[in-house]
Amino acid sequence: MKILIVGGGMGGTILANNVARTLKSELKSGKVQITMLSASDRHMYQPGLLYVAVGRMTPDELYRDQASLLESGIQFHVDPVETFMLDDNQVKTKGGKVHSYDIMVIATGSRMWPDAIPGLKENAEFFYTEESAVKMFHRLRQFEGGKIVIAMGVPHKCPMAPLEITFMLNEYFIERGIRDKVQIHYTYPIGRVHTLENVAKWAQPEMDRVGITYETLFNLKSVDGEKRVLHSEEGTEVIYDMLISIPAHKGMEVIETNKMGQNGWIPTDRYNLNMEGRSNVFILGDTTNIPISKAGSTAHFEAETVGANIAALVRFGAPVRKYDGKVFCFIQTGSEKATYAMFNYLQPPDPKAPTRAIHWFKLAYNKLYWISARGLL
Amino acid sequence: MAEKKIIDARGSFCPGPLMELIGAIKMVAIGDEIEVLSSDRGSANDIPEWLKKVGHEFLGSREEAGVWHIKLKRSK
Repeated sequence: MKILIVGGGMGGTILANNVARTLKSELKSGKVQITMLSASDRHMYQPGLLYVAVGRMTPDELYRDQASLLESGIQFHVDPVETFMLDDNQVKTKGGKVHSYDIMVIATGSRMWPDAIPGLKENAEFFYTEESAVKMFHRLRQFEGGKIVIAMGVPHKCPMAPLEITFMLNEYFIERGIRDKVQIHYTYPIGRVHTLENVAKWAQPEMDRVGITYETLFNLKSVDGEKRVLHSEEGTEVIYDMLISIPAHKGMEVIETNKMGQNGWIPTDRYNLNMEGRSNVFILGDTTNIPISKAGSTAHFEAETVGANIAALVRFGAPVRKYDGKVFCFIQTGSEKATYAMFNYLQPPDPKAPTRAIHWFKLAYNKLYWISARGLL
Repeated sequence: MAEKKIIDARGSFCPGPLMELIGAIKMVAIGDEIEVLSSDRGSANDIPEWLKKVGHEFLGSREEAGVWHIKLKRSK
C-alpha cells in the first residue's frame, strides 16, 4: 500500500513518523511504502518567529534538516506537488515525477496574504516568515517612540499571536527603558480583545493594567502609508507610527491552482479528517476548511488521529478514531509569564492566570518541539 | 441568481462563528446569502452587531435544539 504525504510541516512530519513507527514491520517487508513530498529540505519551528521578532531567538534556531526528523524507511523528496490528479490517485511534482498512492495526506499549510488589504504589504511589519521577522526585529530596535498599532486580518494562523506580540512588545519597551515613549494600540476584528471569551476576560484588564490601548470591532480595510492611517470596514480610522500586522491567510497556491478549495481551504470532514468526497485522501492542519484554530497543535492532534486511522486501515481495513477538535495553545503573556488554552469541539477553554512555570514550560517546548515533530511527544 | 452558503461553526470556539463569518463573507459575491450555524448563544448578538456596524444585511435568526441559525446577506 502506497501512503503519500504532501507537506513537510508539523502535521505532515508527525503523521509520517507516527505511521512509520506503527507500521514498522509492514514498512520493512515492503507491504507499505511511505513517501513524503515537500517544497523544502528544512523544517521550520514557526512559533519561534515571534521570539525572533523581539530578539529572543536567532533565525538559525528555527530550523532543522527535514530528513533528520524522519523515521528510517520514509522516502523523502524535496520536490513539491504541482498537480493533483485525484480521480487517478496520482500527483505530479515540480520535477515532473508522477507518484501514485492508495492513501494520500495533504498537509500543505497556509501563507500570509497581505495583498488582501490595499496598502498593507508595503506599509506594515510582519513576523510570520523569517525575512519579515528579522526585518521587524531591526525596525523595533530603531524605534525610539510613537504609536505602534497591531492589526490583523481573518483568518490567520496562530490565533494567540496577536495577544502574544502585543504583551511581548510591552515588555520589550520596558526592558529598553522607553515604554513611556511608546503607545501600544491593539485592534481586533470582533467585539472583544480575543475570540476566546475566557482569554478576552483575562486579557482586557491586563491591557488596562499595563497601559495598552485597544479598539475592538476593527477589521482592516485599507492602509494609507503616506498619511499613516488605517481604515476599517466599520468606518473608523487609526493613526500609526509603526504598523504591525498579522494579515489574513490563504492555503497554499497549489491548492488554489488545482481548484481543491476556495482560498486554498480544502473541504474536510471535521471528525474523520478526510477530504469531502474522497475517502482515501486526508487533510491536516491549516489547509482544512474546518472552523478550528489554524495552529500547530491542531495539526499535531489531527496527525495523531489520521496516523492511527491509516495504520488501522492497513491492518484492519477500517479507521478506529475520530478527531475531537482538540487544540492546545500556549499564550506568551510577556517575557516572563505564560498561560495556555486547551479546548475541543465540546469543551471551551478556561485559561488560568499566567505563571512563570508555564513560561518556562513554553521555553522548554521551544526546544522540545523537535521531539514532537518526530512523533515522540 | 444569489447563492446561499452555509457556515457550520457548531463547536467552534476559536476562531469562533463571527470570525469564521468575517473570513468567509469575502469569499461570496455581493447579494449572496449566508447562514451561520452556531452552538454559541453569544453569536445571536455578536453577529447582528457586527453586520450592523459594517453594513451587511441581517435577515434574522432562530434557535433550534441548541443551534442558532443566523441568516444574512452580503451587502457590499
